[in-house]
Amino acid sequence: MTHLDTRIVATRGTFTVDIAFTAEAGEVVALLGPNGAGKTTALRALAGLLPLGEGRISIAGTTVDEPSTRTWTPPERRRVGVVFQDYLLFPHLSARENVAFGPRSRGASRSAAREQADRWLDRVGLASYSQHRPRQLSGGQAQRVALARALATEPDLLLLDEPLAALDARTRLETRSRLHKDLVGYAGTTLLVTHDPIDALVLADRLIVIEEGRIVQSGDAEAITARPRTDYVARLVGLNLYRGMSSGLSVAVDGFEFAVAEPVSGEAFVAFPPSAVAIFVTRPDGSPRNTWPATVSGIQRHGDNLRVQLDGPVKAAADITPAAAAALRLEAGQAVWAAVKATETRTYPT
Amino acid sequence: MRRRPFGTALAGLAAAMTLALAACGGSDTPAASSSSAGSGVTGTVNVSAAASLTESFNQIGKDFEAAYPGTKVVFNYGGSSTLAAQINQGAPADVFAAASPATMKTVTDAGNGTGTPATFVKNQLVIAVPKGNPKGVTSLGDLVKPGVKVALCAVEVPCGAAAKKALDAANVKLTPVTQETDVKAALSKVKLGEVDAALVYRTDVKAASADVDGVEFPESAGAVNAYPIVVLKNAPNATAAQAFLAYVLSDKAKAVLLAAGFQAP
Amino acid sequence: MRTQRRGTGSRAPLVLVLPAALGLLFLVLPLAGLLLRVPWTDLPSRLTEPSVLAALRLSLLTATAATAVCAALGVPLAWLLARVEFRGRKLVRALVTVPLVLPPVVGGVALLLVFGRRGLIGEWLDRAFGITLPFTTAGVIVAEAFVAMPFLVIAVEGALRGADTRYEEAAATLGASRWTTFRRVTLPLVAPGVAAGAVLCWARALGEFGATITFAGNFPGRTQTMPLAVYLALENDLDAALVLSLILLVVSVVILTSLRDRWIATP
Repeated sequence: MTHLDTRIVATRGTFTVDIAFTAEAGEVVALLGPNGAGKTTALRALAGLLPLGEGRISIAGTTVDEPSTRTWTPPERRRVGVVFQDYLLFPHLSARENVAFGPRSRGASRSAAREQADRWLDRVGLASYSQHRPRQLSGGQAQRVALARALATEPDLLLLDEPLAALDARTRLETRSRLHKDLVGYAGTTLLVTHDPIDALVLADRLIVIEEGRIVQSGDAEAITARPRTDYVARLVGLNLYRGMSSGLSVAVDGFEFAVAEPVSGEAFVAFPPSAVAIFVTRPDGSPRNTWPATVSGIQRHGDNLRVQLDGPVKAAADITPAAAAALRLEAGQAVWAAVKATETRTYPT
Repeated sequence: MRRRPFGTALAGLAAAMTLALAACGGSDTPAASSSSAGSGVTGTVNVSAAASLTESFNQIGKDFEAAYPGTKVVFNYGGSSTLAAQINQGAPADVFAAASPATMKTVTDAGNGTGTPATFVKNQLVIAVPKGNPKGVTSLGDLVKPGVKVALCAVEVPCGAAAKKALDAANVKLTPVTQETDVKAALSKVKLGEVDAALVYRTDVKAASADVDGVEFPESAGAVNAYPIVVLKNAPNATAAQAFLAYVLSDKAKAVLLAAGFQAP
Repeated sequence: MRTQRRGTGSRAPLVLVLPAALGLLFLVLPLAGLLLRVPWTDLPSRLTEPSVLAALRLSLLTATAATAVCAALGVPLAWLLARVEFRGRKLVRALVTVPLVLPPVVGGVALLLVFGRRGLIGEWLDRAFGITLPFTTAGVIVAEAFVAMPFLVIAVEGALRGADTRYEEAAATLGASRWTTFRRVTLPLVAPGVAAGAVLCWARALGEFGATITFAGNFPGRTQTMPLAVYLALENDLDAALVLSLILLVVSVVILTSLRDRWIATP
């Protein structure tokens, strides 16, 4: 049975979010998108902190919000747990009291709520921190207490709002794998809202990419990384992406003809990684290459390499070694030639 | 035009004395200026006067300004004790008219008066009751009947001291519901219907005759409040102050005061 | 709030320090004048006078009770103003501040017109329950609460507006009703604001004079609070008034500073 079935239509000012998706029990779905795409609006609607303008939210077979039938369940009566971006642990309560807050509010006796809290703190590995106040906890610990607090109410739907964004890079790595483990044991649906593709790729079974309030792409990590459909996704997964008209082994993009290896017809995407782009000072020889004159518009470090941004008939990013860059004496504004082998390109229909 | 301030022998004596003091700085030579109208009497006179004098003194002030063109009388009304405290703390005033000799004494004892204060008027206590006298109060004794709420002035203020005297004289043990800080406050409690009776001055009842009735009682004769007036030692405008004091003691002023319910001293 | 010993910025600029010093002087000088004139030798004997003790006891009792009344009614009112959108909210907010601008004596008269023997509610209270407020200790509390409540409401509303409402949302997602949220999350979060408001409220109630004398009258032991005693003492005995003022001042300062450390310091 579909555990989460929703079409969220909500307006904030002139911006309207309109997305529909379903999710199964035990599934972890990432809602991935740039800032302002409407991720948080969707999360707030699911939690009951923002009423829908239109659409329907059904959790575990119960409709909790449907304006057309005047159905509305307030947040405190939804079986939804939320881990907020900066956790929002109650500063005046200990870790244990924070976790016990949910069970207590849902009618458990004081002792039962405490027992539950202790159990959950133990599960997230923080049993010895039960008397600590939030400000005495590290970022990673606070995140786990927040997770325990959300799970202690035994929700049907768990919402994670940028659960790792508040952490520094090192803690994030640890906390991410820890979170992954914790989520595996959770029976309900998890919806992870993030703008960080790594979080989404590591934690989620399935990704839903939203931009400007609409779903632009969804699927598992493999499908999305292999075949991005928007510039945003392409950038996230580190690919150069173009959309053009294809005829056989050639795709026309803004007047430039890409020679490709996989034949498609009609509108199609062409994608290739920056590492596939070679840079030359003079026009290179050799046949199966796509070559075009370009101007260097920027150079940044990228891992061990340098990423060179190129302007020209088509914009592209190229990764080259620092040694190659030194040999080419690359600098911004310089005119160069870019080349990509047809066999390095990937094509797929829109 | 000016009327000579010799209404009664007592007032005349007091006036002559104070005028003499003012003119000659304490010597007993008769003042040459006492009969010449308008000589040197000009400018502003600051008068600190007991609140119960408000209506009468406003009228007297106007009359005085008419009699002495070029003068202006500025009044500072308040509780006598408050005014006395202000004066003793150096407030610039020319004349002080108090509602009790005891209060006046705090000023003269501090050396802030000139000469002996003159009593220009007396005020008598009456029982103020709401219009129509719903509780049928006719004597002090009626005030201790059950269900009769009474407001008195606190004994620290003149009307309270007078009330105590009257009640003691009548041998009435009265527990008021409140001891108000001034007579107008006590009267307003009657006006608002919060109390059934209050011991206030006859002048106060007269001024509020639309809302309250006054019940006279014999024991009030033993608790009459005398109102003394004095020119202050540090008076910025001593000449005009003397003239004003003399005017207060005049027949014309007296008529105004009697009309307000005061009694001749 | 803990003071930080080590300054991080440059030295305080003179354009701020100078008016600040003048402001402090302006506030402190009258106090100094009072202290200079106080007949210290009289102090012990005055302190043990039963009438002084009665007035002091009554003042502390009524100010505390008035603060409790203000907190019980004012905190929900502040919550309403800060958290609930309703028509006429601006008007209600303006009405709350009315006792601030109303001369207290006028406030006292207004209270009489409502709770007095012939007042709108007072008449009914008297007839139905035999309750009369004027000239009673309860009347003092009513008068003080009326004058002091705006201080509490304004302070608490400010604290509520400054508080992060997302904590309340978090509580809701955990299943807490609005009342539970208010009691277990909102109130603890704004506790310093409530404490500050209560302190202001208590101090204002303690110094209340005009509304009290007008509404509750003056009767030793029942409605004569310290400010009333001071005012009456001023009528014929400046020294006594100064001593009484000093007692009121010292007691309130001691109480406020000891409470301040306990309440305001903890977040």
